[in-house]
Amino acid sequence: MTDVSTSPATARALAGPAVSDYVALLKPRVMSLVVFTGFVGLYLAPGYIHPVLAAIAVLCIAVGAGAAGAINMWYDRDIDAVMRRTQGRPLPAGRMAPGEALGFGCVLAGASVLIMGLAVNCSAAALLALTIAFYVFVYTVWLKRRTPQNIVIGGAAGAFPPIVGWAAVTGDVGIPALLLFAIIFFWTPPHFWALALYRSGDYARAGVPMLPVVAGARETKKQMLAYTILLWPLTLAPALIGVAGALYGAAALVLSALFTLLAIRVWRDDGERSARQMFAFSILYLFLLFALLVIDRAPGLAGTFGASLG
Amino acid sequence: MLTMADERQRQQRARNLALLVVLLGLVALFFVMTLVKLGAF
Repeated sequence: MTDVSTSPATARALAGPAVSDYVALLKPRVMSLVVFTGFVGLYLAPGYIHPVLAAIAVLCIAVGAGAAGAINMWYDRDIDAVMRRTQGRPLPAGRMAPGEALGFGCVLAGASVLIMGLAVNCSAAALLALTIAFYVFVYTVWLKRRTPQNIVIGGAAGAFPPIVGWAAVTGDVGIPALLLFAIIFFWTPPHFWALALYRSGDYARAGVPMLPVVAGARETKKQMLAYTILLWPLTLAPALIGVAGALYGAAALVLSALFTLLAIRVWRDDGERSARQMFAFSILYLFLLFALLVIDRAPGLAGTFGASLG
Repeated sequence: MLTMADERQRQQRARNLALLVVLLGLVALFFVMTLVKLGAF
């Protein structure tokens, strides 16, 4: 048996992956937003689902998202090693073998789809499989290293969870679910480009053609502003079609106005500070919008429970 | 300072424990799922 004295960091790297490394592979921060938006889709869907099955559906969405994240880390390990933000991940840090990450991701992906199919329904399982496949093959393998529109099209992967949640209850895809999809889809570019603006050096070093790297900060800021304006009608739509009430509508208006104002500040500011603020606010923006959809429908909270659903 | 053997053993134990928790969780999940599907509660 080897018995060599060494520093804790080296010993950890040589000892193989820790449980925390497997958790890191699942991208827990991304997963939390995915779980939340998936839950909102499930909550807003008309019809009944047993609470246990609802919990299993949300768990499957979480595990599926984590699996896609793990496979993404396996594929992107070369560029992760170059970027400061991702250098500490288990694969580039050498704490885990690539095959382990890939196997872990594939097993979780298969298990999440299988359990969703067995416990909930085949539509939700198929949509979950599509979400994972889209993130892995369309975004990670195909678009990420090829086009500055990578996160625009790839953003669909992050927008699918509310549809999966909705399908878990209804077995199909309704207009409100598509609306939730559209909100996340159009929210993704300003969210990611805000990050890319102050991490453009990282992306340039790794050869990832993010919009600020390819088209410059000015063009990126212009497009970010355009997307925040597109979000106005989309975020108001749930109130207009009766999925949410006046409380949500008023809040959506204020939040979208703030998001656009921040985009204008980013556009006029040459420093990094406004981009950082916009990135932080974008997370809060989506979280609050979706939380308000739930609050507005909660019995006794906003008085709109029972509003007609499309 | 740590010995590599100690660290490896510690991490192996943690991984085994995590695997046990996951397997027990799966058993519980399938058990509850079956009961719900059969309409037991």
